[in-house]
Amino acid sequence: MQTGNSLKEKAEKAIEKSAMYGEDFDLNEFEVAAKEVPQTEDLEDLDDEFKQTLLNVGVLTDDKERSGSFLMLDNAVSHSSLKDPNIELMSLHEALEKHDWLKDYSWNLVAVDADKYTAKSYLENANGYFIRAPAGQKSSMPVQTCLMMGHKDVTQTVHNILIVEEDAKLDVITGCTTKKGVERAMHLGISEIYVKKGGVLNFTMIHNWAGDVGVRPRTVIHLEEGASFVNNYILLKPVRSIQSYPTAILDGEGAFARFHTIAVAHPGSELDLGSRVLFNAPNTKAELISRTITTGGKVIARGEMVANKPHCKGHLECHGLVLKDGGTQLAIPVLEANVADVELTHEAAVGRIAREQVEYLMARGLSEEDAVGMIVRGFLDVGITGLPEELAKDIDDTIAQIGKDAI
Amino acid sequence: MLEIKDLTVEIGGRKILNKVNLKVEQGSTTVLFGPNGAGKSALLMTLMGFSGYDIVSGQILFKGEDITHLSVNERAERGLGIMTQRPPNLTGVKLKDLVKVISNDHSFDTDAASKKLDMERFMDRDVNVGFSGGEIKRSELLQLSAQNPCLYLLDEPESGVDLVSIEEIGTTIDELLSSRSKCSVDHYKRGNSALIITHTGQVLDYVEPDVGYILCNGVVMCRGNPREMLKEIKAHGYQECIKCKQAIL
Repeated sequence: MQTGNSLKEKAEKAIEKSAMYGEDFDLNEFEVAAKEVPQTEDLEDLDDEFKQTLLNVGVLTDDKERSGSFLMLDNAVSHSSLKDPNIELMSLHEALEKHDWLKDYSWNLVAVDADKYTAKSYLENANGYFIRAPAGQKSSMPVQTCLMMGHKDVTQTVHNILIVEEDAKLDVITGCTTKKGVERAMHLGISEIYVKKGGVLNFTMIHNWAGDVGVRPRTVIHLEEGASFVNNYILLKPVRSIQSYPTAILDGEGAFARFHTIAVAHPGSELDLGSRVLFNAPNTKAELISRTITTGGKVIARGEMVANKPHCKGHLECHGLVLKDGGTQLAIPVLEANVADVELTHEAAVGRIAREQVEYLMARGLSEEDAVGMIVRGFLDVGITGLPEELAKDIDDTIAQIGKDAI
Repeated sequence: MLEIKDLTVEIGGRKILNKVNLKVEQGSTTVLFGPNGAGKSALLMTLMGFSGYDIVSGQILFKGEDITHLSVNERAERGLGIMTQRPPNLTGVKLKDLVKVISNDHSFDTDAASKKLDMERFMDRDVNVGFSGGEIKRSELLQLSAQNPCLYLLDEPESGVDLVSIEEIGTTIDELLSSRSKCSVDHYKRGNSALIITHTGQVLDYVEPDVGYILCNGVVMCRGNPREMLKEIKAHGYQECIKCKQAIL
């Protein structure tokens, strides 16, 4: 294990290190966000505007349908509550104090010196959530977490650790957002996710930022034998720049990972969204499915699969719609096979909505706007379930607006 | 109901229809015969207003209104409904959601209709994706019954369909044409009107036709009794018809 001192040295050396992809933000232009924030006993006590902000990223204030809730505001925990006694949910700092063994999981999958964003998060001693489903536990309802930036011109640094132990099952919904009125800020989020033998994790992340926000998540998922991880990522609203390239390491025989990415690039947005899978054990499987739309912004849809052991099977699918001139769709699929007996495939298509489809629906009496909306909705429907009704409505409204704007 | 006057149409600069004149009377079923490549499908697509079919000259009147330059959905609103031969796949759009949207403004029993057309297990499927020939036709008929148009434009309803399905499709078409729509008028023979393209004439085992037209090389060759025309075509092909037209000209 690396000592704190050696990590610190590494981080300090990397504090100016640019990331491989995405706009190179100068973190000195942002204040470090507050490490003390008002405490919220009950999410229902928040004002309506705040509640709506949470709802728009899938976080319910009425926690009837949730096993636990966690709210991080700027750089500190504002709320943490748990209904299901069989799982653990608390701040990472608290968890590191409680569990001595946890330090081995911290900065284990993500390198502190990967780039300036990981370095900054380490040096700020970033806090975040710790969720653990102990062996054999199956939580009936999802755990929800929200990471919110409450002030403008700040950097939020987050460090999360999620552990699903042997044969446990957990659903997590994470909403990342800015408080209304916060137009410019920087979100850095480190997530280290462990799914042990036979464990199942369904992880849904909804992003809803503002026009001048930079977002740099750094996520690695480690899967053991027979473990399963499904990642849903949804971003439909404007943002300045997101660069994210989560990596799943399939380290045990029969492990499975699926990434669904649904994103819309509005004018002024640059979305550099990828997902990577390393097949490091035999008989592992993965699917990377991305559906992106540009209405004037830039989308870079990356996907990478590296097969290092036999009998692996992976499929990569990047479909991009260009609804308006001025938008860019760039699909970059990478397949790498380092052993003979593997099957990696990819399918990429970028372009406009087929006129034939629109007219087919118009011939049934739909207006052009409704026809485009229906096609866009279908395009984005990759079968993500379990989203709250209110969020589904917000998504519907956004898609309807996209349909309108496209004509 | 429908009157086509001197309609000339081009696709990508190539003339496909040449001064076509054709009428579909209210409540009548008109059949359009013709060899492959005659322009039959192009005529139906033009009537519905699909892009790519450029009207060079002529006029389309529907219920007395000039619809030559209306958009596709404006024509649908006025009561035109089409079944094309190869409808596009709509990935992610569930058939049940589409039927619901189509039938939005009037009461329509989706469950009964889907059961009748044996489409229940397709309601949660993406429209046309992986559908067989017969399934596509039944899906189109389900959508048309939800739409309830006054004039049915049917492009070879029997093509790519097995014999059992032909009966189901044929009887459904007959029922749809006999049912009432917003343009039904009591004293007419049927509630609705139709312009049907058929190659084999199989659909005429279920639907009684009133008038027939033969289209060759984008030109209307003749108008007459559809059953006799079919007999003639079956016996001698389209050559007789072309010769006959040349003799008249």
